[in-house]
Amino acid sequence: MSDINSRIDEIVSKDDVVLFMKGTPLFPQCGFSSRAVAILENLGVEYGSVDVLQDMEIRQGIKTYSDWPTIPQLYVKGEFQGGSDIMMEMFESGELKTLMTEKGVKEVS
Amino acid sequence: MPMAAGEIERLIKAALPDAEVEIRDLAGDGDHYAAHVVCPAFAGKARVAQHKMVYDALGGRMGGELHALQLTTAAPN
Repeated sequence: MSDINSRIDEIVSKDDVVLFMKGTPLFPQCGFSSRAVAILENLGVEYGSVDVLQDMEIRQGIKTYSDWPTIPQLYVKGEFQGGSDIMMEMFESGELKTLMTEKGVKEVS
Repeated sequence: MPMAAGEIERLIKAALPDAEVEIRDLAGDGDHYAAHVVCPAFAGKARVAQHKMVYDALGGRMGGELHALQLTTAAPN
């Protein structure tokens, strides 16, 4: 068990919704991250974000942790949901909203 | 580093021979693609698993050489 995995365990259990992204929600540094932020903003849920560009250990570690090669990555209640393409498909079909409701994710007040 | 659309299609079909692959060059720069992959092997699999099968076919290029590939997957109707 490496330190990086336990660090990520901690991050994904801290907030209901966590987005690993390039940049910050205010200043996304890549189109895919920007799209992921727009989806979460549209759903109006509270979420935490991690800027992988500021942390090389997490940038590499999250790919192994999720067994997923790209950033952004979405976690809901500690479970990996997918990257921005999957988020978009789930958003358009209404599945993402349903998932957030079913998991009892807090909405932005 | 750019990768030709034909090469992406070839790699996917090498791993998933009965897949239908449609590649679009989004920006006309040979570096931003959208791929739609329809494959019987996706039936009954979650989206994450379907996308992983395509990423596996691309053999580690995804996220590196291939940064900008928008992917959608489906099983045939």
